[in-house]
Amino acid sequence: MSNHMNSETSGKWHPVCQVEEIPPLGGRTVRTCQMEIAVFRLSDGRIRAVHNSCPHKQGPLADGIVSGDTIICPMHAWKISLESGEVLPPDSGCVKTYSAKVEDGQVLLRL
Amino acid sequence: MSEKKKLVMIGNGMAGMRAIEEILEANPDMFDITIFGAEKYPNYNRIMLSPVLAGDTTIDDIILNDEQWYADNGITLHLGTRIKEIQRGYKKVIAEDGTETKYDNLIIATGSNPFMIPIPGHDKEGVMAFRDIDDCDAMLDAARKYKKAAVIGGGLLGLEAAKGLLHLGMDVTVIHDQATLMNMQLDSVAGEMLRVDLEEQGMKFKVSTLTTEVTGEDRVTGLKFKDGSTLACDLLIMAVGIRPNKQLAEESGLFCNRGIVVNDYMQTVTDPSIYSVGECAEHRGIAYGLVAPLFEQAKTLGHMITGQGLKAYGGSVVSTKLKISGVDVFSAGDFMGGPGADVVELMDRVGGVYKKMVLEDDRIKGVVMFGDTADGPTFFQWMQDGKDVSERRSALLFSASGLGDSGHSGIDQVSAMADETVVCGCNGVTKKQIVDVIVKEGLTSRKEITRCTKAAGSCGGCAGLVDQLLAATLGTAFVESTHEPICGCTDMDHEQLKVQIKNKHLTMVRETMNVLEWKGEGCHICRPAINYYIGMYWPTEAEDDRYSRVVNEKMHANIQKDGTYSVIPRVFGGNTDADYLIRLGEVAKKYDIQTIKITGGQRIGLYGVKKEDLVSVWRDLDMPSGFAYGKALRTVKTCVGSEWCRFGTQDSTTLGIRLEKIFDRSWYPAKTKLAASGCPRNCAEATIKDLGVVGVEGGWEIYVGGNGGVKVRAGDLLCMVKTDDEVVEITKAYLQHYRETGKHNERTAPWLERIGLEKIKRVVVDDPEGRKALIERMDLYLSTLTTDPWMDRLKDEKPSGEMTQFNEYTPIDIPVEVVNA
Ligand code: SRM
Ligand SMILES: Cc1cc2nc3c(=O)[nH]c(=O)nc-3n(C[C@H](O)[C@H](O)[C@H](O)COP(=O)(O)OP(=O)(O)OC[C@H]3O[C@@H](n4cnc5c(N)ncnc54)[C@H](O)[C@@H]3O)c2cc1C
Ligand code: SF4
Ligand code: FES
Repeated sequence: MSNHMNSETSGKWHPVCQVEEIPPLGGRTVRTCQMEIAVFRLSDGRIRAVHNSCPHKQGPLADGIVSGDTIICPMHAWKISLESGEVLPPDSGCVKTYSAKVEDGQVLLRL
Repeated sequence: MSEKKKLVMIGNGMAGMRAIEEILEANPDMFDITIFGAEKYPNYNRIMLSPVLAGDTTIDDIILNDEQWYADNGITLHLGTRIKEIQRGYKKVIAEDGTETKYDNLIIATGSNPFMIPIPGHDKEGVMAFRDIDDCDAMLDAARKYKKAAVIGGGLLGLEAAKGLLHLGMDVTVIHDQATLMNMQLDSVAGEMLRVDLEEQGMKFKVSTLTTEVTGEDRVTGLKFKDGSTLACDLLIMAVGIRPNKQLAEESGLFCNRGIVVNDYMQTVTDPSIYSVGECAEHRGIAYGLVAPLFEQAKTLGHMITGQGLKAYGGSVVSTKLKISGVDVFSAGDFMGGPGADVVELMDRVGGVYKKMVLEDDRIKGVVMFGDTADGPTFFQWMQDGKDVSERRSALLFSASGLGDSGHSGIDQVSAMADETVVCGCNGVTKKQIVDVIVKEGLTSRKEITRCTKAAGSCGGCAGLVDQLLAATLGTAFVESTHEPICGCTDMDHEQLKVQIKNKHLTMVRETMNVLEWKGEGCHICRPAINYYIGMYWPTEAEDDRYSRVVNEKMHANIQKDGTYSVIPRVFGGNTDADYLIRLGEVAKKYDIQTIKITGGQRIGLYGVKKEDLVSVWRDLDMPSGFAYGKALRTVKTCVGSEWCRFGTQDSTTLGIRLEKIFDRSWYPAKTKLAASGCPRNCAEATIKDLGVVGVEGGWEIYVGGNGGVKVRAGDLLCMVKTDDEVVEITKAYLQHYRETGKHNERTAPWLERIGLEKIKRVVVDDPEGRKALIERMDLYLSTLTTDPWMDRLKDEKPSGEMTQFNEYTPIDIPVEVVNA
């Protein structure tokens, strides 16, 4: 399913790092020319990427706690789906998601 | 895009702000909003001023919308700014400081003014009303300096004020002109029961008494009454009613009667671009003084002004509750019942319960209840619905749910409530809405329910009902014990989890969650707890799971609001030297550290360090981590002690440094702070620490369970010892006992209150064997703490600057222009 907040259908794939460079069940900050992206390695090995800025008060999501496919913001513990980018109730809002994939151990983001 | 309309609101109180919330919900983009508030605080829960005074909550906790909220919603807020004039012709308002602001729509929400009886002397110092935070502060202040208070007015507000002053240690007399307390809300029977209850709490009364004069020079020293008697007092609260604050509106030519007259859409009848809501507004002849109707008005206003269709306000029927703990009263409608009225009554003098219902054609006209008010909301709903109660007339007052379960279990009562019954009167939240969020959102606590629905968020009177609904909805497991699951990821509570970790010998977080059938992968509450417990039980085996730690503990630095970090190295016992300071200064210069602050913990913090600079800063500092970020030993504060101080009896500095070195790097259920003072003058504030020692002639007093934070608690004297070595022993045993029996995130103050000082004494002081075992376990644990976390991270760095284990400090740079950033 696609939604208006992600980049699934546009942009080019860019190599980022090796999978092992992202801590298991953790996150890593990736800096592009204009902004930061938080890249996560989920417990089942999937890589997910979102804008590194919580919709609440811009907390750096990369430093949060990964649980399933949810990231818990380090600042005030909002929970955000890494699949849809949507903030889970009782709070609301959304962050932009970016498509991510792994090829030959290399993490790629579509930007 | 067309320009936004300008909306200005005068008055930043409960009704007005609810209207703004309703407007933002209906259409967040329609208006540019500017709000003027005469008070210097953002919107707060005025209702809760009584509990603040009674010590049940704090000012911070009653702020409803903080300044950030206004900023986040793009609202311009002028605090401490009173509007002095509305120029309707120019569509602008003028503030006392001269600022002029234009509006397309204006909302007047100026609330009301307390009425001061104009008897001689009413303007003396020490005579005041109870309306806002400043009044509350003034009362708190007066209670510190003066002893005797009088309150004129035995209504809701007067009694709540009196209760607060009583709590503050004052001798309080309530003067009431009628024979019955709360005579507007209670009949004489209930009023009398109320008086007896309050007298038992220590309140004094003078009823049927008219006050004629306030005596005293500058400040009030007493009162004179019509019957010639007098009363000495040095504080006088007048709580005899309120008057709608309509002056501003009246001066600008808006039609006013008792209040500012509005139509069913909350528009002033004079000028359709101007609305009024709250206590200042008069609707169909009534100006209300309770929040429930005002919130209904706010909803109507929100609909109307945003063009969401016409939703008329038809007026409200109100019910009353008194917010004094231990005293339950409820009333609604016409409960007096004139001559010949159809009245059903229940009176249990011994049990202290009285209920009376006035009926007309078998329909409830009014009800008054004392002692057991659980059915209040149900009766209130039936009254509004016009429900025919003929079938149950005689049994009704035992319990709304019928005979057989006559009020034994609150849960039966809430189960019997109809879905539409309004549980939270202030916010108009029904039983169904609450049950729905419990079921759909999987909520397990009242706090969460308040967050989702606002229920129990205003006067808190329905908190008990909300708890019962929780219990009824989640099943009896919820009420049978004080069982509180750690979080939504498990049904276990902390004790159950600990037992499992110990018995099943669990040493890893993920393993623990698998074995104990966690729902999902855990969260920021349960995972850090598991991580702590496995480390506590299995100090030599457990694997610390960095990714189950909250950000500060994972990074070994405190995150700041802008995403940078602070670095606070240890300064053992607050004693430093020139080299240390020079090095710190050099590093601060090199990394352009913006803020260098002496912390409240006798050490120095560097603030605003970028995440990617942390490791280099630690390298250049070459100082041990101060653990200012962890549920760990924070600081051991010391005073100069007998080394230098002319009063010092013990060498507190040496002992403090020794303690900090011994317990450095150790983790606890919650942060742990120690202190050592050289004499009872206690300059190191040792009596508000988790453990503090105070030097006395010939030894040390050891205080435990102190806290200087949110809820100040003076520590209890655990024991006295003679030597430094004994202090170390007791401290080891005490802290290990806390490590083993504390719940994650529970500091020693609540822990001590839960376990009991005597019990702790028995284990730590009276039983030498038990103490020895505790010390051995503590020593074993301390022996595992061989490395400094900052140095660990330095060692992980490869010459290329890359890190393998702790690479989350280094961002990955990719020079890409993001197309749709
Ligand atoms: C830096 C410091 C303030 C300062 O500038 O002086 C400080 C800063 C913070 N304190 Fe504190 N506290 C500091 C001394 C205190 C003291 C005084 C003391 O230790 O003697 C207290 C009261 C004593 C006590 O704890 O009993 C104190 C009681 C709190 C509390 C309330 C704890 C409680 O049990 O009620 C919190 C909130 C919490 O822990 O949940 C808190 C939380 C915080 C946090 C960690 C809030 C947070 O989570 O971000 C602050 C981090 C600020 C930042 O941006 O890095 N801070 N804090 C002090 C650090 C001392 C140090 O060198 O380690
Ligand atoms: C101690 C106490 C306990 C209470 N307990 C309960 C209770 O249990 N249940 C219940 O339902 N109700 C209770 N109430 C009543 C309830 O608080 C009020 O009904 C409610 O706050 C009214 O809201 P409002 O917005 O109309 O007025 P307010 O909340 O008073 O707000 C009006 C604001 O407008 C400001 N203002 C006035 N004139 C100007 C001006 N010219 N320019 C700028 N600003 C101006 C005032 O400073 C004030 O901040 C209690 C009240 C008090 C004082
Ligand atoms: S440092 Fe402490 S008191 Fe100061 S703002 Fe932060 S938490 Fe509050
Ligand atoms: S900034 Fe993310 S929860 Fe507040």
